Amino acid sequence: MRLARHLLAVYGAYALGFASLFVIWQLTSIYLVSSVLFPPPTVVLRKGLMLARNGILFEHLSASLQRILAGFVAGSLLGIPIGLAMGSFRPVRKLLEPYTEFLRFIPSVAMITVAVIWFGIGEASKVFLIIYTTIFIVILNTAAGVSAIAPNKIRAAESLGATQAQIFFHVALPATVPYILTGMRLAMANSFTTIVAAELIAANDGLGKMLWDGRLFMLVDEIFVSLVTLGFLGFATDRLFRWSIYTFAGKYSPAT
Amino acid sequence: MPLVSFHDVQKTYRSLQGVDYPALEHFSLDIEVGEFFCLLGPSGCGKTTVLKMLAGFEGPTAGRILMEGRPVTGASRDRAVVFQGDDSLYGWLTAVENVEFGLRMRHVGKTERRERAMRYLEMVGLRGQERKYPAELSGGMKQRIQIARVLANEPKMLLMDEPFAALDAQTRALMQLELANIWQATRTTVLFITHDIDEAVTLGKRIGVMRAGPRSRVKGVVEVSLNGARSRTDDVFLGYYKQVYEMIRDEVAKSLSRTD
Repeated sequence: MRLARHLLAVYGAYALGFASLFVIWQLTSIYLVSSVLFPPPTVVLRKGLMLARNGILFEHLSASLQRILAGFVAGSLLGIPIGLAMGSFRPVRKLLEPYTEFLRFIPSVAMITVAVIWFGIGEASKVFLIIYTTIFIVILNTAAGVSAIAPNKIRAAESLGATQAQIFFHVALPATVPYILTGMRLAMANSFTTIVAAELIAANDGLGKMLWDGRLFMLVDEIFVSLVTLGFLGFATDRLFRWSIYTFAGKYSPAT
Repeated sequence: MPLVSFHDVQKTYRSLQGVDYPALEHFSLDIEVGEFFCLLGPSGCGKTTVLKMLAGFEGPTAGRILMEGRPVTGASRDRAVVFQGDDSLYGWLTAVENVEFGLRMRHVGKTERRERAMRYLEMVGLRGQERKYPAELSGGMKQRIQIARVLANEPKMLLMDEPFAALDAQTRALMQLELANIWQATRTTVLFITHDIDEAVTLGKRIGVMRAGPRSRVKGVVEVSLNGARSRTDDVFLGYYKQVYEMIRDEVAKSLSRTD
């Protein structure tokens, strides 16, 4: 009973917020903008269920998700060590800063053109774009995390007899974990933007392709199914990320 | 031979505008093996600079700092540091893991280091708190972890930089008493930095009073021959308090009227 009340207090307002979003959408599409170009959620849901049942929705969804995951994991695995090196060693930072400071201002969406020219319209170009959109945010956050370490943490380790290598692995690295995770979380959000843009322009499947086909064949309902799926997918991944940060990395709290 | 000696040490800082500030000049001091030495001075006189140089975090501009006759060239586990704030603790490690840190870095076996860490946690009165993370503990408890952490590493001397300054008055008094007991039990050499006369007279075997900066150095050293528990209402205690107060009063006034 107490648990139920607790859950209601925490998630009740949340559920209510979501419900109101769909109620307002429903009312708007029926009374205010009554048009086939703006389908109500009930119609979108019906269409969504249909596409889910015949497997088309799942096909597109898993295509997009696989690209995001592959690029995101690769981009993070590359970005973390580079960020750590840049944050720890001044010469490395000076050497690599021109790359990161120059390239991060070229949006990944702008890179779609060259990605397609270099890697074709297959998986390689999508994964390249997600790596591109992930890596700089992860590098920047990781490097910022390293330079935010309290000098006394390093000094304490030195006067307790730790070697430079030990300080790196036992102090600098764990102290940077919250920043790395924050960088990854931001990168994940960006990956969604990038994958849709890439699939809009050149792809055989994926949620972006679904949007594009919807426009091409005037399947407004399908466009909305894709949009809502993107919204839920992004929301779910971000929650999952937050949940795992709290569960597995809660002790790496940035406060201390 | 003293354990530590500063010979005519000079330390000059350069500001971002390129202006030199001579923090210390002709600074000389000897610390004997096993003594509790308090370095007392008005804020900004360079007390912490002295500690940082002895710890090996910073080098002197001129002069020599020797420990056991050998020049200090960098940080070493011989000279453990207890910092003023709690930002030196490792937030991702539990209390006992923090205390074990130095032993772990030296590859001391797991059971032995746990046993040693627990012994020192007990000494600082943290038994039962060993599984908690620093963020879950109070300010006083965090300073206790720091003290246990340096003791477990068995250094040749402890350098303490106003370790109780951020604590409330009651906790501070309690911690002073406990530190005095720990020192009685271990007889580790201590250099204790403070701006609090009361704290210096309570803890110190000798008290070095510093001049106000710039060009600070030791103005004089007061030997405190109080044995056992020191009471703030005791006449002898008050006598020492007065003696130190007279020495530092002008320096505080100077440091307040400083315009640079």
